[in-house]
Amino acid sequence: MQEKDNTRRKVLIGLTSAVGLSGIPFAATPFIAAWNPSAKAKAAGASVKLDVSKMQYGQQIQVAWRKQPVFVVRHTKESLENIDSALPKLADPNSDQIEEPYKGQNPTRSKSSEYTVMVGVCTHLGCSPKYHPEVEPKPWDASWAGGFFCPCHGSMFDMVGRVYKGVPAPTNLPVPPHFFDGSILTIGEDGGTA
Amino acid sequence: MSEMVGKLFGWVNSRLPISNTFERHLSKHPVPSKVNFWYLFGALASVVLIIQIVSGIWLIMPYSNTEEEAFASIEYIMRDVDYGWIIRYMHTTGASMFFAVVYLHMFRGLLYGSYQKPKELVWIFGCTIYLAMMAEGFLGYVLPYGQMSYWGAQVIISLFGAIPYIGESLELWIRGDYYISGITVSRFFALHVVALPLVLIALVFLHLVALHEVGAGNPEGVDIEEHLDDDGVPLDSVPFFPYKVLNALVGIGVFMTVFAIIMFFFPEGGGYFIEMANFEEANPLVTPEHIAPVWYYSPYYAMLRAVPDKLGGLIVMGSAVAILFVVPWLDKSKVASIRYKGIYSKVALALFGISFITLGYLGTVSVTEVRKTMSVICTIIYFAFFLLMPIYTKYEKTLEVPERL
Repeated sequence: MQEKDNTRRKVLIGLTSAVGLSGIPFAATPFIAAWNPSAKAKAAGASVKLDVSKMQYGQQIQVAWRKQPVFVVRHTKESLENIDSALPKLADPNSDQIEEPYKGQNPTRSKSSEYTVMVGVCTHLGCSPKYHPEVEPKPWDASWAGGFFCPCHGSMFDMVGRVYKGVPAPTNLPVPPHFFDGSILTIGEDGGTA
Repeated sequence: MSEMVGKLFGWVNSRLPISNTFERHLSKHPVPSKVNFWYLFGALASVVLIIQIVSGIWLIMPYSNTEEEAFASIEYIMRDVDYGWIIRYMHTTGASMFFAVVYLHMFRGLLYGSYQKPKELVWIFGCTIYLAMMAEGFLGYVLPYGQMSYWGAQVIISLFGAIPYIGESLELWIRGDYYISGITVSRFFALHVVALPLVLIALVFLHLVALHEVGAGNPEGVDIEEHLDDDGVPLDSVPFFPYKVLNALVGIGVFMTVFAIIMFFFPEGGGYFIEMANFEEANPLVTPEHIAPVWYYSPYYAMLRAVPDKLGGLIVMGSAVAILFVVPWLDKSKVASIRYKGIYSKVALALFGISFITLGYLGTVSVTEVRKTMSVICTIIYFAFFLLMPIYTKYEKTLEVPERL
């Protein structure tokens, strides 16, 4: 008799607890969701436009998109010809390990055959790699073929942002969504033609 | 008059256990009769906690937690608020001193086996306090929104990005923006001034209540509970008041002198307490040439950099802190104190201390090949100290622990 009572009680306690507990995710939702980017933050993170025709050959400029540095490089002819000169040293030359938006379109990794567009934030710990286009021996690499070097932890990338083997950065510098309309480059949208 | 006060006290005391609690935790509480200076740092840590809370409350008043004004409001505190500079330097010096005394306090634990049965929970609460302090220190460092605040936070938050699958969305969720913006600063502010202090105070309370339940240790590792007098009080103990309190006051006096010297003459600690780059406002487009954490995180930072893989580095860094929690179960020794442990334990602890300090140095300087190799070696020693502990503590020859203190 007493055991039967206990079973009923256990079932009731179980059910009541389950109903009570199922409320936890609902109660937690506003607290967790309030940490997502707000509508204002999302609006401020929209796309940026710039005219790249005034850039000199070999020049690198830095644009802020979502307050992150985006590198735009206008390659020289020599640099385009030697774009794969560091190939044996690269960890992922075809960008197979990341989501590459314009894969296989151009050796520059961008939607243009002349410019490279990449997020200038080291994929290791978020520092900003420095542009060293000159092909000459460097303290970090005796046979430096030009590219980007991160001063924080010594990661190396080639001229189009592909990561070297044996450095702390795990992947190539990501290419942001972008498109060219004549000489006007838009970063943050891909113009629906990807 | 005094009769009335006595009556009033009696009235309250029969409804609230004032004298009971006071005697149990502050006055009659028995402590070992012979301890050394290593047993001071717990008291000093509670003094710094109070300094941090008071100076922190006063800093909240003039501080502004927005992207546009955060940095300027720190300069406002430094220049325009009467005595604002001393309150801020009290807080920054306090942060470094907090870690200094806690590191010494933890080393005391390793030295004299303060984690051994039945003090496992005291140790675990202590490790949790250390973890909460690291979070608290990091969040606080972001608030001035200087260059090192920004880029240091960038490095730490991007560590979460190494977690497979959810990493990137987790980063975005923590920041609440696409970069470390005013949104991030204001949520870190809320955590730094309300959430974590509440957690810290609760943990300190648990640490002390658990300690007073099992009793404080001593450098000999003698269990004073074995020999009790007729009232059940350990023979080798003295009451906390006045013996321990007056003793500690001397230590607190010395400590406060050191504290004041730093606060008045070396508040930046040569760039180790407040890094030079943090005197510049945050600029998301320019990375400082050299990113280094404040000295109290640098050993872990050196471990992170010693591992060439991002997720691997994160795991090593996390394990380095996590392993502290299980020390009570790694030490298989019959004795608690280093005085009676064998040669292996002594050598292991010495190597551990040296490698931790070396890692601390390596974490503050830039990477070269030699330094990287050194970091790897020191990281291995750090982990070997813990992982081999069950072996070397079990098979070494220990000395006989005396009966009485």
